[in-house]
Amino acid sequence: MVKIAEQDTSLLNLFNESRSLIEKDSSPLVNQWRTKAEEAFKQLGIPSNKVEAYKYTNLQPWFKAQYAYSFSENGYQGKIDEIFKCDVESMESHTVFMVNGKFIPGSNGNVLPQGVVIGSFSELAKKHSLIIEKYYSKIAPVTEDGMVALNTMFANDGIFIHVPAGKVVEKPIQIVNILTGEKDLMVNQRNLIVIEENAQARVLFCDHTLTQSRFVINSVTEAQIDATANLDFYNIQNQHNGTIQVGGYYFNQEKQSVLNANYFTLHTGIARNNIFARLGGEHAENHISGLYLIDKNQHVDNFSYINHAVPDCESNELFKGVMDDASTGAFTGRILVAKDAQRTNAYQSNNNLLLTENAKMNTRPQLEIYADDVKCSHGATVGQLDDNALFYLRARGISKEEANILLRFAFAYEVIEKIQMPELKEQIRELVEKRFRGELDKCDSCVVCGQVDKNAMRCV
Amino acid sequence: MLKIKDLHAKIDGKEILRGINLEVKAGEIHAIMGPNGSGKSTLAAVLTGNEAFEVNEGEVEFNGEDLLDMAPEDRAREGLFLSFQYPVEIPGVSMTNFMRTALNEQKKHKGEEPLSASDFLKLMRDRKKLVDIDSDLTNRSVNEGFSGGEKKKNEIFQMAMLDPKLAILDETDSGLDIDALRIVANGVNKLKRSDNATILITHYQRLLDYIEPDYVHVLYKGRIVKSAGKELARELEEKGYDWIKKEFEE
Ligand SMILES: Nc1ncnc2c1ncn2[C@@H]1O[C@H](COP(=O)(O)OP(=O)(O)OP(=O)(O)O)[C@@H](O)[C@H]1O
Ligand SMILES: [Mg+2]
Repeated sequence: MVKIAEQDTSLLNLFNESRSLIEKDSSPLVNQWRTKAEEAFKQLGIPSNKVEAYKYTNLQPWFKAQYAYSFSENGYQGKIDEIFKCDVESMESHTVFMVNGKFIPGSNGNVLPQGVVIGSFSELAKKHSLIIEKYYSKIAPVTEDGMVALNTMFANDGIFIHVPAGKVVEKPIQIVNILTGEKDLMVNQRNLIVIEENAQARVLFCDHTLTQSRFVINSVTEAQIDATANLDFYNIQNQHNGTIQVGGYYFNQEKQSVLNANYFTLHTGIARNNIFARLGGEHAENHISGLYLIDKNQHVDNFSYINHAVPDCESNELFKGVMDDASTGAFTGRILVAKDAQRTNAYQSNNNLLLTENAKMNTRPQLEIYADDVKCSHGATVGQLDDNALFYLRARGISKEEANILLRFAFAYEVIEKIQMPELKEQIRELVEKRFRGELDKCDSCVVCGQVDKNAMRCV
Repeated sequence: MLKIKDLHAKIDGKEILRGINLEVKAGEIHAIMGPNGSGKSTLAAVLTGNEAFEVNEGEVEFNGEDLLDMAPEDRAREGLFLSFQYPVEIPGVSMTNFMRTALNEQKKHKGEEPLSASDFLKLMRDRKKLVDIDSDLTNRSVNEGFSGGEKKKNEIFQMAMLDPKLAILDETDSGLDIDALRIVANGVNKLKRSDNATILITHYQRLLDYIEPDYVHVLYKGRIVKSAGKELARELEEKGYDWIKKEFEE
């Protein structure tokens, strides 16, 4: 038996002390998983850099029981209309708010197609036991990853999205994840997205911090994409330097389904994304991209794992980073092609622009290919700004700073181009430019209706 | 307009320019010729402020100001333009955005208002005609995938957009077909005024058939070893550089 760290024991103690409180409002089906998760956590603990998958991001120093915990009502207690008054522009999206991992009722209410459900995970899990039974903890590796185990122990609220067969949600579903409060805080948010056969949705997670407290977030999102269904998923992170976020995104794709997932890390402290996709039905398509713009001592680690379990699927992966100051980054691109997964196409690249000598990047492709008729490619680059290009721009009268921004933007551009929604693409374009100009405010909202900072929820 | 006095410059400790003297006045066209590796592009790079080269001696005055003291962008804003021998490809930066940024930064420097979107597009259209540049080239990234000749045309297009006081054209004629050469030369001639000047770096008389220089200089081993009128170019075309090299070695 592995000896787990002291802090892990303290997390176990916290769990046992608070278990009744956690379970009180939860679905019994969700509660059932806690014991299993606890057993797993006793084995796994919080991953240190000795765990191969976490080699470049040691999480042990951060996940401790000492932080206030958000399963009790120490989150935000106000009413939604006090914090958010979205005007006409909001008609462009279905917007809901999560504060400190908890769903805030009364969120913006555009009319949803009949049968489509968006709301509090804790509430809806109780109502939709068939869905919970089928998918909850079936997509994320509860017994293999200490962070998923931890989340499953504490999981209590998050977003629940169900799009029944054949339904198309035209407007983006936007989940604004807000972290706020005077106390340092740990959050284990749990989300479930189910897109049934032939249905379509666009889901946008915007992660923000509104106060300077330390926030330690461990979120798990499970997403089921049924046959011929289509999910566009976006995550935009704009959090302060004291934030540590582990975001686990676990997708299960059936035949002929299409997933586009895009991760924009605009600002953060330490960010670790676990992006797993299992292509379990023939002709499923998977496109994952990411852009991380980091400076100071920020750290971003994107860990992706694409599992080609059946023949004739395609995956495309592109991650790019612009790294300034003493920022550090890591990318792991694991691709598994099962023995029978013939005619697999799997492409992957990771390109990095390092602006200083102190910025450091570790990038590693991990291909495990057991089929023989496969097209696979991977490429990784780490480079600096092109001096010749810089001079060329300056020789036309463009200042050094401006030329610098143009070139950084040119590098990032390819990822922004992957965004399928024109309004969002424009918004991200602006945010990225602001970021390069050093003008990105943590209150800058990625939200399509962009109102957070103008309303009662103050940015401090 | 431009006064170069005893200019020395080196790269990696190797002296490439070894005492250049040259004066260019408004309204003039100067041609600089010389064998490969003699330092012609280096002179252009040093004048435009390429930091890869170190100036270890000499002075350059541009419109009464100390040129060497200025950042590359300020030299451009003061009206200096280089048509690069090897234009750089910049994927991801669109020609339009590039030109708008460059033009507006130059305008800002002069205390002028930035161009409105429609005025800018009008100017683009107008200047594109001048050099007969294909319309979709300006919709693409800067020089990305342009053919050799298209890159050269694009340099002259940029020159037409920015309307410099002094333009240095570094082998803009190489790689152009006969029609393109005529178009580019016509473009340069149309932009010619009594208050601007041009330095043509070239290996070939054929460009000088279209653009008539007032002076022809021969650069050899980092020095201007001969200066004369336009007849010198023809003489070089016939006789090559050997006689000059010989003259110089003696
Ligand atoms: N970046 C550099 N590093 C080292 N040496 C250089 C560099 N740039 C130029 N040189 C050297 O300086 C000398 C002059 O080069 P330059 O490009 O100025 O010649 P040029 O007269 O323009 O030749 P061409 O007619 O072939 O264009 C050459 O010997 C060249 O090798
Ligand atoms: Mg040259």
